[in-house]
Amino acid sequence: MDFQLTDDQRALRDGTRELLAGRFGRERLRAAVDGPVLDRELWRELAAAGFFALRLPEADGGVGLGLPEAVLVLEEAGRALLPGPLVACQLLAGIVDGVATGERIVALADAPAAPADGPPHPAVTSAPVLWEHPADCDTLILLGGAQGADPVHEGREAGAYRSAAADVVRTPFASVDPLTPLARVTDIPRKIPLPLDVARVRREAALLTAAQQLGGAARTVDMAVTYAREREQFGAPIGSFQAVKHLCAQMLVRAEIARSAVYAAAVTEGVLDATAAKLLADEAAVRNARDCLQVHGGMGFTWEADVHLHLKRAWLRAEFWGGAGAAEEALAEGLIA
Amino acid sequence: MDLTYTEEEEAFRARLREWLAKVLPGLPAKPAAADWPARRAYDAAWQRMLYDAGYAGLHWPRDAGGQGATPTQHLIFLEETELAGAPYVGANFVGLLHAGPTIAAEGTPGQRARWLPPILRGDEIWCQGFSEPGAGSDLAALRTKAVRDGDSYVVTGSKIWTSHAEVADWCELLVRTDPEAPRHRGISWLALPMDAPGVTVRPLRTLAGSAEFAEMFLDEVRVPAGNRVGAQNDGWRVTMVTLAFERGTAFVGEVVACRRVLGALARTARANGRWDDAVLRRRLGRLSAEFTALWRLTQWNVSEAQSGGGVPGAGGSVFKLRYSHARQELYDAAAEVLGAGSLDADQEWVADRLSSLSYTIAAGTSQIQQNVIAERILGLPKGR
Repeated sequence: MDFQLTDDQRALRDGTRELLAGRFGRERLRAAVDGPVLDRELWRELAAAGFFALRLPEADGGVGLGLPEAVLVLEEAGRALLPGPLVACQLLAGIVDGVATGERIVALADAPAAPADGPPHPAVTSAPVLWEHPADCDTLILLGGAQGADPVHEGREAGAYRSAAADVVRTPFASVDPLTPLARVTDIPRKIPLPLDVARVRREAALLTAAQQLGGAARTVDMAVTYAREREQFGAPIGSFQAVKHLCAQMLVRAEIARSAVYAAAVTEGVLDATAAKLLADEAAVRNARDCLQVHGGMGFTWEADVHLHLKRAWLRAEFWGGAGAAEEALAEGLIA
Repeated sequence: MDLTYTEEEEAFRARLREWLAKVLPGLPAKPAAADWPARRAYDAAWQRMLYDAGYAGLHWPRDAGGQGATPTQHLIFLEETELAGAPYVGANFVGLLHAGPTIAAEGTPGQRARWLPPILRGDEIWCQGFSEPGAGSDLAALRTKAVRDGDSYVVTGSKIWTSHAEVADWCELLVRTDPEAPRHRGISWLALPMDAPGVTVRPLRTLAGSAEFAEMFLDEVRVPAGNRVGAQNDGWRVTMVTLAFERGTAFVGEVVACRRVLGALARTARANGRWDDAVLRRRLGRLSAEFTALWRLTQWNVSEAQSGGGVPGAGGSVFKLRYSHARQELYDAAAEVLGAGSLDADQEWVADRLSSLSYTIAAGTSQIQQNVIAERILGLPKGR
């Protein structure tokens, strides 16, 4: 057993961090805040670097790596606050044409199925089906199809359907995250079924989203520590005060606990492991961003500081692929199964 | 990122399992909690069985009489003995995890030959004399003084939180040998024979009702100078080696045990109707994620120790901080499952709930752990 990163995995992580620092630095990040339209050129560059084809076999033009490597890449994307339907493109490369090369941008919309052995739960069937970056996508893949009252949830079977973005009826709304435009899907043609292992896509989407949360959680620790070393009050760096130190220490603990869970789930590919990873990574990302904001004091409350971008993205990711309530219930069931 | 065990590691696990299945049914009944001599005899007998089977001092270096096992093999040992319901390290804790490794690392050949074999065989029990009434988190404030007189030190002072002092043969004792030096540089490490004249041990009853600890009073106790391990006034550095061991491996078996307790809590809640409470269910589900992650963090830390020379690093503080809190949450959840049953002090989970209260205090309080993480890992400046 050696749970640590291999040399190749470290090189992949470092290389990805370097690539993103060069191609999506702070200036690009703030430009994206002012105009949240995905940069197609950057998207193709990411594709050329193997961002999406990472797990495709080398014979099919991919990189031939596994889920742990995808997790490391998505963690770095989370650190850098890279916007876009990265998880969807990573999961659908090789399945939807043009995604692996960055020519086509595809998103996933999840309409979770109601429990098979009872009436549909209102919290499930009335939840809006969300679509990130609707104006940037060429294609939308709908997962699921529960029996429900509205046309989005009402499906004949729990499968996956492919739609041209233009054919999907959607209602955009003001997204809390300035980097991630959102819409509610209100009607969707279920004409082209897509042969997908839906359960597996959901499980891996949850894990890769957790990986992004982990990246955000680790980045906000760095931001808080850097600021606490520099900012002086009462004639000393605020990081020398125990009250601030303890906030920072707890941030690191959250990030490291989430890291253990996320990396392990990438190795085991177990559904409960992925569920636990998402739960802990969501918590680490949201609470670390909150504490980072607190350490930044008044500066943290400004639009100019990047802290709010991490918090808002963490909130958004926490809503995708299973929130805390569903995760805790699933894990509780796992205890008696 | 590889969580599969090698063939060699799996073979080690299989041999251990087989041995445990063979010997555990023959163990005598567990002694009563308050019967210290019986507890010592029980723990010592178990240690002797480990010794005879070649499992004593698994993680100790071979030249110290240990097995030179890898951290992963040690992890497997702690996991399997817990799963099999084998006895805990008990009275041998200080000898095997503190004093022994310190002597192995810092002792002279003569000291190693005198003290290490009896620890491994379970023949001699050690206790720890570090904390004092005035030196808890601030251990370097210790005042028990040792004055050199010919071939001896004359030791006077008092120690507290000394587990197993009633039945111990030896105490690893921190004393101040230079009151003028800066506090960290005037401390020495002595092996104190517990039967020396002037040593008085008084049981210390905890809030759990039991006397798991003791106070120790030292009145002009003569300790041979040859019992000093490491140089005079170098005891602080010598001790830090010891504490790193404590934070690295002490809780592996407990995490395994906590995961089992959590499953038992869920089944009990299902049986007594409390499972219908979604708030309780979610709480248990949350704890399931927590202990799964703590187990993975343990594997992570062990992997790091394996490549980094065996001594656990500051990452142990991350684990200890989170685990001690999670353990308290676990037994608070147990109380919710038990309802009024949580008022029965004889109930196993209630006793464990009480003892869990020490976890955020012992071996470095949560507040100290947060300072350690902030200063040693995150590099924040020292201060108040």
